[in-house]
Amino acid sequence: MNRLKNLFVLAAFAAMALFPLVAGNYGIDFVTKVMVYAIFALSLELLVGTTGLVCFGQAAFFGIGAYAAVLLSPQADAPSIAWLLPASVLAAAAYALVVGALSLRTKGVYFIMVTLAFAQMAYYVVHDTPLGGGTDGIYLMMKPVLGTVLDLDKPLALYGFTLLCLVLTFAFLGLLGRSRFGRALAGIHANEQRMRATGFSTYPYKLAAFTISGGIAGLAGFLFAVKDGFVNPEMMSWHLSGAVLIMIILGGLGHLRGALLGAFAFALLQEFFKSEAVFGALAKHWHLGLGLSIIASVVLLPRGLVGVPAQIRDRLVGASHARGAGHESV
Amino acid sequence: MNPSDILLRGTDITRRWGGLVALNKVSLSLARGTVHAVIGTNGAGKSTLINILSGEIPPSEGQVELLGQDVTQWTQPRRARAGLGRSYQRNTIYPNFTVFENCRLAAQANHQKPWSFWASAQQCDASTSIAHAVAERAGLKDMLDRSAGLLSHGQKRQLEIAMCLATQPQVLLLDEPLAGMGAEETERMLAMLQELKTDHAILLVEHDMDAVFRIADQVTVMVNGAVIATDTPANVRTNPQVRIAYLGEH
Repeated sequence: MNRLKNLFVLAAFAAMALFPLVAGNYGIDFVTKVMVYAIFALSLELLVGTTGLVCFGQAAFFGIGAYAAVLLSPQADAPSIAWLLPASVLAAAAYALVVGALSLRTKGVYFIMVTLAFAQMAYYVVHDTPLGGGTDGIYLMMKPVLGTVLDLDKPLALYGFTLLCLVLTFAFLGLLGRSRFGRALAGIHANEQRMRATGFSTYPYKLAAFTISGGIAGLAGFLFAVKDGFVNPEMMSWHLSGAVLIMIILGGLGHLRGALLGAFAFALLQEFFKSEAVFGALAKHWHLGLGLSIIASVVLLPRGLVGVPAQIRDRLVGASHARGAGHESV
Repeated sequence: MNPSDILLRGTDITRRWGGLVALNKVSLSLARGTVHAVIGTNGAGKSTLINILSGEIPPSEGQVELLGQDVTQWTQPRRARAGLGRSYQRNTIYPNFTVFENCRLAAQANHQKPWSFWASAQQCDASTSIAHAVAERAGLKDMLDRSAGLLSHGQKRQLEIAMCLATQPQVLLLDEPLAGMGAEETERMLAMLQELKTDHAILLVEHDMDAVFRIADQVTVMVNGAVIATDTPANVRTNPQVRIAYLGEH
């Protein structure tokens, strides 16, 4: 079973690697965007799925990563990825450290609201002050480069680099999940009281997870800013925090590949309901279709997309059980 | 008794919840090699006492000493790492994990190394070998790969003890380890406690009086948050105050 899961992930990454061979410009741009979402979703999966911390302000870290990439870039020449990327990640992680230090003192629904509040604070700072260009946002003058090796202004280079970031993030979180740190996070998710009684100071663990998560969201934000060459306050809005939460729920909480699947499913659904070819004038109201399909998927797929094979298996086994019981009663 | 054998001592512990006094100047000490039972009706403050001794909640007044050190200000995790293990009245295991992983994760508390993220937790030899040892000691070695949530009630209680032992504590605070157990499971648990007693100091909160009087070396009787007697089981049995207040005789 584990081998099957690994095979699925490898096949998915191989498909992404080969995709540019068959895709046009639009396809490459679309999948780049989805891969950025997938990194973003993975960052939240570490908090929600692994540690059991429902953060409703993840967009703040995404946005700070994006704004840092733009604000730190020099006006005249192309910045180097070598320092701009780490700087963006660190900026997001630093904010996450502060937000986490304060919000992790609360629990449950209060934690959700406090993380939302901190994200809204960040949103209004860029929305209402000239710091980040206000509501208009700001442009990234020159796309980052890595010497002469890599120029992220080229869509294909950006695609490859984003895929590399996604694979590395996935591998990093995979390693983390089976390490002692990751097992401790899973223990906190399962039973924090028992973890403390056993001798784990859970607060530093949660704060570390929160900070790492913020850094990864910052990486996604950096890539998004580079892709669009533009940032605006909407990147920090609670809509995006909600959307990324929906992605991991749609994909299936508690599994890294759930974040991957969820990001793709969400983006494809969005694209589908926006398509005028399918829905004509209704395409303007794509939120409605997307919302309904998400409600339907939560009702029908309680374990998310990753749970579908198990659900089918249960259904088949359950059906044969029911038949067996029927025979006995006859 | 050699005073250095007192592993845990609570002095004048008081806990108030608003106007309610849940614990009123409770003192007790636990010595290595003994089982010290705390009995009392529901609401007498037994669980509050365990929660304060283990550091889950702070006392309003009073002092807790662990292995000769004042630990009143210490957090629960710090006390746990210093050698204090506890079990809960309700099962507090990790239901989604295997029996082995429940034990291994508990053992990891003394070998945390959270920064070594590249190494699999399964490769932590110290915690895996302790996990095997405690699972065997608690009689669970044949079900290491079973999901803990699927164990019988009695087995879950055994697993609780195994997880407690995995941190290699010197003091065990056990909150009703026999609750809901069948006769056979009770015997097995009592045999295990009897064996554990040799190198631990055990505080036992328990409602099963037969079990308490069989295994305890000291019995503390609590009524309404206060201690009315601390003595040997034989003396407690004949103590007139205890008979009136707790055993229900007039």
